Amino acid sequence: MADMTNGDAFVEFERVQKSYDGETLVVKDLNLSLPKGEFLTMLGPSGSGKTTCLMMLAGFETATHGEIKLAGKPINNIPPHKRGIGMVFQNYALFPHMTVAENLSFPLEVRRMGKSDREAKVKRALDMVQMGAFGGRRPAQLSGGQQQRIALARALVFEPELVLMDEPLGALDKQLREHMQFEITSIAHNLGITTVYVTHDQTEALTMSDRVAVFDDGRIQQLAPPDELYESPQNSFVAQFIGENNTLEGTVKEISGDTCTVQLADGSVIDAKPVNVSAVGDKTLVSIRPERVEMNKERLSPDAHTLKAEVLEFIYMGDIFRTRLRVAGVDDFVIKTRNAPDQRRLQKGEQIEIGWLAEDCRALDA
Amino acid sequence: MTDQTAGTAPAGLSPDEARRADAAHTGPMLAADGTPLKKSLARALRRQKLRALALIAPLLIFVLVTFVVPIGDMLLRSVQNGIVADTLPETVETLSDWDHDGTALPGDDVWTAFYIDMWFAVERKEHTRLGTRLNYELTGMSSMFRKTGRQVDRFDTDVYGEQFVALDPSWGQPQSWAAMLDGPAADALPLTARTWERWKDFNAEEGDKVLEEDIPDFLFTALYHDLTHGAEVEGVSDRLSAAKAAAAEFEPVDLSAQFADADEDLGNIDVWKTLQLYSPRVTSGYFANSVDMQLTPDGIEARPENQQIYGILFKRTLFMSLVITGSCILLAYPVAWLLSNLPMRTANLLMILVLLPFWTSLLVRTSAWKVMLQQQGVINDVLVWLGLVADDARLTMINNQFGTIVAMTHILLPFMILPMYSVMSTIPPSYLRAAKSLGATNWTAFWRVYFPQSVPGIGAGSILVFILAIGYYITPEIVGGNTGTFISNRIAYHISSSLNWGLAAALGTILLAVVLVLYWAYDKIVGIDNVKLG
Repeated sequence: MADMTNGDAFVEFERVQKSYDGETLVVKDLNLSLPKGEFLTMLGPSGSGKTTCLMMLAGFETATHGEIKLAGKPINNIPPHKRGIGMVFQNYALFPHMTVAENLSFPLEVRRMGKSDREAKVKRALDMVQMGAFGGRRPAQLSGGQQQRIALARALVFEPELVLMDEPLGALDKQLREHMQFEITSIAHNLGITTVYVTHDQTEALTMSDRVAVFDDGRIQQLAPPDELYESPQNSFVAQFIGENNTLEGTVKEISGDTCTVQLADGSVIDAKPVNVSAVGDKTLVSIRPERVEMNKERLSPDAHTLKAEVLEFIYMGDIFRTRLRVAGVDDFVIKTRNAPDQRRLQKGEQIEIGWLAEDCRALDA
Repeated sequence: MTDQTAGTAPAGLSPDEARRADAAHTGPMLAADGTPLKKSLARALRRQKLRALALIAPLLIFVLVTFVVPIGDMLLRSVQNGIVADTLPETVETLSDWDHDGTALPGDDVWTAFYIDMWFAVERKEHTRLGTRLNYELTGMSSMFRKTGRQVDRFDTDVYGEQFVALDPSWGQPQSWAAMLDGPAADALPLTARTWERWKDFNAEEGDKVLEEDIPDFLFTALYHDLTHGAEVEGVSDRLSAAKAAAAEFEPVDLSAQFADADEDLGNIDVWKTLQLYSPRVTSGYFANSVDMQLTPDGIEARPENQQIYGILFKRTLFMSLVITGSCILLAYPVAWLLSNLPMRTANLLMILVLLPFWTSLLVRTSAWKVMLQQQGVINDVLVWLGLVADDARLTMINNQFGTIVAMTHILLPFMILPMYSVMSTIPPSYLRAAKSLGATNWTAFWRVYFPQSVPGIGAGSILVFILAIGYYITPEIVGGNTGTFISNRIAYHISSSLNWGLAAALGTILLAVVLVLYWAYDKIVGIDNVKLG
């Protein structure tokens, strides 16, 4: 993190706070910096402050405290239209009374660009999103996916170095959304522009981003590349927000280096990796991904602790099996197994024994 | 049960067969029961339409009966002119042959017809109404009819009766008249026969028996007129032949002199020209009047300059309505913008303030403006107190156009704010943000992105305000004075004071047509689809 606050940061938030009513802080002490060309996603539940951050960056909200810098210069007092930041809005905000080409031409016109330049750029931008034939249409005559492409092209047509996207794919159906995820990232990387992307869809965040900032309660809970975020969540909020996750409540019984043992409520003991527990006796929530739970004892180390489990439900999902277990008094413990030829389909009521590698089970804050 | 199952699947096609049948079928699409799809769709929709019609029927009937029909009837009065032909049927008939270009007064037949018509009109008290009607066209007609009406009963026509009875006493018996006019004599004596019928009808109306009444003078006059004007009575009856022979020797009564005695105006040729001009049952006279023209025997001519008022009034009405609409747009736009951009709670509070005038009586609001604007009023007092205006040079802000425009702008403002607000509140703020993020200044973002989307609201508000303004009556009546009144005030004057409903209807029809034309033009230019009221 320290290396990110150096001089080559392109966008910087320094100790930024935001309050709307003067009583509660929507954004609490935000520090964030991203280098040129990075695709950063702000992920979080609604009300976590991610959109407010985006709006402060775009200039539509002013920071109550702190400084926002763009390319090294503070932009707190620069009005939105002088920031030169491209933006894609949640509902696209395509101007309904203008044609697609006029929409794209608008940012160039207000920059007093010549007619021939404008036409060339509009054409190039439309071709970039494969909408070259649609210049004469009105936004209302386009499908949602097409509108989305036009909104993207409009945000890019004036060649901004920074593009902000506020849940741009929220209104699309699943298949189109996946396709557009791919398209947006490839365009962003090809053009080398810096992108700040806001979403509450974790799949989108994981598949598109260079780094993801998980927001909750006005703070960044964790800022990390997607794989690190998924595999090494720093706290229980992140662990539960990203992906599916089993949590067990317990007390730290013993810590030695990067392993510890945790005693659960029913007295059974498990292995875990201490992440933010520091002392024996700390309350902790241990977190383990469903796909990292092991039923085959041979794959565990000989001294690993195991737990008894009862199968409550077996769900066939095609590529995987999803099995709900009762473990240490918890009814919603889920494991996922690959639909491989040698994989056994568990029966309801079956008693099994489960375990895991200590590094897959993270002891987090309670 | 078996019958039913057999009945519902007569074709018994498997899905495969059905598909093949569909593919082979090239004619119109058929519904499941074999009727053409279009027909069965129309049947299904007809029920919906009937249902919709039934739902609106009570209101539709109410509006038709209490509003559309009376207004249509009222507008028809702008061309209706049956009163002349109804009151003076014989006169209108005979007058149609009169040459109005000459200098001679109408002949004997017109006077006789007028005498008979007037007698009935006076008995039915219709002559004063006719006088009032014709007085719109020629001053003096009203008093002429009234004066003549008083005299018509006292004409010296009784000499005809005396002479007929002296010839043959049976002429004094109603039975003999009835018997005569029941037979072929009716054809020989057209005027007498028609007059006898009117006399019979009149008695029936009065509840009298015609056979018990004395033969009135005008019947003898009609008979005399027929007999002396070439009635073919040979072979009809001896009595009539004798009467015809004798009538030529009768002492005549000069009806034109009798009438001239009653009122000398009847000797004026203009009176007869006017009567002839307004004889038809349908007239363009009211419309001619309402556009500062007049109907003359030689066609429609412009009125003298000093009598032209309606053109000025129409132009003033249009001009002031436009000014009022314009000032409403200017005042309402920022308010509507604020309303649609404020948080809900504040917006609702402000909306109540906007709607407050609706809950106050129109008269009260207008009178309040009177208090504000008059020379000894609040505004003048303040200006004098501030020293901006000398006490002896107080501003005239009421009883003129200024006062009307100020008061009406205030009164019609909510009608502009509401449609504007409802349109503006559907424009998401993200459009402005998007425009700004694309590099537009506040003004460019507003003018190029927000304003075009708010035009439907302006359009709807403008139509509403303009149409309301063009027909406004109470406010200009109270604060308009002489220079600030509208055409509607003139219409009201003709409805309630001068009682010239025909002219009022013509003015109203023109006003309606102007509004419809403007509406049409607006649809062509802006498009009525672009109008949103909510």
